Amino acid sequence: MTPSLLATSYIGAGVLFIMSLKGLSHPETARRGNMFGAIGMIIAVLAVAIQVGLVTSPYVIGAVLIAGTIGTIVATRVEMTAMPQLVAILHSFVGAAAVLVGLSNHLAPATELLGAEATINDLETILGVFIGALTFTGSVIAWGKLQGVIRSKPLMLPGRHLLNVAMILACVWLGVIVLGDGPRTMTALLAIMVVAGFIGIHLVMAIGGADMPVVVSMLNSYSGWAASAAGFMLSNDLLIITGALVGSSGAILSYIMCRAMNRSFISVILGGFGGEEGAAPAGGVVMEGEMVATTAEEVVEQLKEAQSVIIVPGYGMAVAQAQHPVREIVDVLRKRGTQVRFAIHPVAGRLPGHMNVLLAEANLPYDIVLEMDEINEDFVKTDVVLVIGANDIVNPSALDDPSSPIAGMPVLPVWEAESCIVFKRGRGAGYAGVENPLFFKPKTLMMYGDAKTSVEAILKLLKA
Amino acid sequence: MKLGVPKESQPGERRVAATPDSVKKLLKLGFDVTIERDAGLAAGFDDASYASAGATVAERDGTWSCDIIAKVRPPMDDEVARLNAGQTLISYLYPAFNKDLVTSLSGRKVNAIGMDQVPRTTRGQKVDALSSMGNLTGYRAVIEAVNVMQRPLRGQSTAAGKIYPCKVLVIGAGVAGLAAIGAARALGAITRAFDTRPAVKDQVASMGAEFLEVQIDEDGSGTGGYAKEMSPAFIAAEMALFAAQAKEVDIIITTALIPGRRAPILITADMVRSMKRGSVVVDLAAEQEGNCELTKPGEAVNVNGVTVIGYTDLASRMAQQASTLYATNIVHLVAEMGGAEKFELSETNDIVRPMTVLKAGTLMWPPPKPPEKAEVTTPRSVKAKLHSEEHGPPAAEKMSSFSRWGVLLVGLALFGIGLSAPPNFLTHFTVFVLACFIGYQVVWSVTPALHTPLMSVTNAISGIIVIGGMFQISGNSVASFLGVAAILLATINIAGGFLVTQRMLRMFHK
Repeated sequence: MTPSLLATSYIGAGVLFIMSLKGLSHPETARRGNMFGAIGMIIAVLAVAIQVGLVTSPYVIGAVLIAGTIGTIVATRVEMTAMPQLVAILHSFVGAAAVLVGLSNHLAPATELLGAEATINDLETILGVFIGALTFTGSVIAWGKLQGVIRSKPLMLPGRHLLNVAMILACVWLGVIVLGDGPRTMTALLAIMVVAGFIGIHLVMAIGGADMPVVVSMLNSYSGWAASAAGFMLSNDLLIITGALVGSSGAILSYIMCRAMNRSFISVILGGFGGEEGAAPAGGVVMEGEMVATTAEEVVEQLKEAQSVIIVPGYGMAVAQAQHPVREIVDVLRKRGTQVRFAIHPVAGRLPGHMNVLLAEANLPYDIVLEMDEINEDFVKTDVVLVIGANDIVNPSALDDPSSPIAGMPVLPVWEAESCIVFKRGRGAGYAGVENPLFFKPKTLMMYGDAKTSVEAILKLLKA
Repeated sequence: MKLGVPKESQPGERRVAATPDSVKKLLKLGFDVTIERDAGLAAGFDDASYASAGATVAERDGTWSCDIIAKVRPPMDDEVARLNAGQTLISYLYPAFNKDLVTSLSGRKVNAIGMDQVPRTTRGQKVDALSSMGNLTGYRAVIEAVNVMQRPLRGQSTAAGKIYPCKVLVIGAGVAGLAAIGAARALGAITRAFDTRPAVKDQVASMGAEFLEVQIDEDGSGTGGYAKEMSPAFIAAEMALFAAQAKEVDIIITTALIPGRRAPILITADMVRSMKRGSVVVDLAAEQEGNCELTKPGEAVNVNGVTVIGYTDLASRMAQQASTLYATNIVHLVAEMGGAEKFELSETNDIVRPMTVLKAGTLMWPPPKPPEKAEVTTPRSVKAKLHSEEHGPPAAEKMSSFSRWGVLLVGLALFGIGLSAPPNFLTHFTVFVLACFIGYQVVWSVTPALHTPLMSVTNAISGIIVIGGMFQISGNSVASFLGVAAILLATINIAGGFLVTQRMLRMFHK
């Protein structure tokens, strides 16, 4: 294959990748977009394989077959509720691959370089290994936290900010060694890998469960930058383009998530939020009124009389796997002529867009699933709101209590509706560890217990 | 305290200022109600029903001697002569036109409340006889027009040929205008409306009519919900519009009034002559000399086959309903004045004060100007603007926080790279920067509902690092091994990422 043909196949693949992201602007075009991405990938991989004569290499074919099988099995078996974990672990693979490519390139550079070009290539290698290792360990920890293997509570080492700075400085010092012409450059590069790995672990360990959407999208971004760094290292434009696309996508998602929580990106990365679980309400706010428990019978009464219902799902719905019975309730209500809609807060769940995927899995049409901005003004006109496993995103103190840790975060004003029913496992505070005055409002009724059990009880009565 | 309701003496007036129902309400407010014999007969209420509601039926003298006299039309000269100091008269007065009447009432040292002087405010609505009568008048205007038309309003395709729908132009979209639009629409006509106040555009549209506009930007909203007089340029433009419309439409209904002034001439004699034969002009401003040059107040005239209706008694033609509404306005007014117990002409009450024309013979009219009308449309447009800013391109927002330091740093970095980096690197760097910008543009257009698929598809795409692994497979066995390991990991990503994305996207449906 000629270099020009290789270059044009890169262009084709690059354009297809861009179109695949563009396709996601609407659910109707999204599937075609995904196909574009896959076609682009096949073009690029085949072109390179022919170029470097790997089509017949048994090792490579074996690796591709094994990996392809693993990937297929994982993709078809994964529960939709486990999406965040899957995304996190896939990020770690990209990070690890970037590290491997970087090390390999240092061992046997693709081309011999001299002077400034050699220095730049070394710099690119260092950067690739650093970001790759950080992405790898960070993603593994994120996976562990999402999977529940590691406690989601932030780990707060004393002097943790200093520790991070020290580790970064160590990497800089090691980088200088790699750039030099000494005999231990490989050792130094491996050391950078190890230290960067520690930074990744430490960073994500310090971040609480509520900030997980930001962390996952941040790691998404890093995996892109790692690919981009590898592209610079190998002078490969396709890697650079793809890495940049993925990197900016992740960065934008992080930005959107941060804005949805009214927090700066830096404060999320530095971690420590949501640490004091069950702590006293900040600012000494005294909760007035009392929480009133309700029963499935009462809820069904209200639902039967309601003209319009809004359902606000949160991570609790995903944990309890309650989306399917919720769908059935929606079906029954819609048949009765009740207007039923879903309100999705940008940070509901543990992954951007997580709730949309779960509701789509439960076979709910996407045109009744609305974003916060689309539906916030309608709560006033709504008869009944069902809050299922959500807490911080419906907390009124974000709006009216400046001393609240979540002050200024945009929330769904469910308390404006005629009646609001909160499905909650127990009496504790939300992930952010903030008390929720919503539960004490006179129009709020509490439905305690596992969300799925409660929802199924309501469904049974509703059908009867 | 006695409240008297005399029989209307103006010829043709069928309305009455009290009904058996309103009598009951007046009694509850503590008034003794006296009604003149046969006062309600023309409106369909006989004396017996008044009597059984609790009113005293009396002769003419009995009603005019009461403390309060409530009637519809302004009093005639002989009626003024019956009044004495201390009495309160409630009726239409039109003080701007009836200077002599006001003077002679003043000479009798009475209190006079003008029902036509009601403030056009939210609180004033319950007393607003102009609105309650205007509503009926607008409806009746259409009915009167249809009555002389020789064709139906609604279009129809029949075996005997097509019936074309009538076109109706309503000038002035006040209460009467809107009621006329509603009636014309209900009868199936194509309805258009014109008003100098842009604020009523939505109301016109909500009644199903087309809002005609001239190409001059001028707001005709005056105080108190009335229109003000417009600039000569605007008037020329609107006259041109009316002239063009006159040739086309079948019915013109004019309702343009300016308080205290002669109604403006909007339809000239030439325009009437240019109309199709069989067309109708209904001039609801006839009582104030009319919007049409050819209007004869109280009459219908035929000019070249075009009927110009100038009836001034349209509300009276529906006397039963009109009386019921007017009587209710009267009840609300005397309740606002304190009922029988605390009856007074308060100078601080925002409804009673503007309606007070004479207080014990002293001229109180015109009342002090009401505060400038607040611009109703402003909050909405501001809100819309804020809204659009919220949804505007986030780029601008990000730029501002970046600005200064960011631009400086980027500039320095570019300068440094330009000084030291080899050209080969810069080619790649160009590609990198442009790709970042493309990514930025494309990803902002992704709908939030698909953020999870976005992450999994970018995940799959970042598996492109597989080609990095491929390039590393060479003679060096360790490097090759690392390369194969990288291929393995990246391929899991590619296969898993694309497949799981496809699986998720398949679930999204309408």
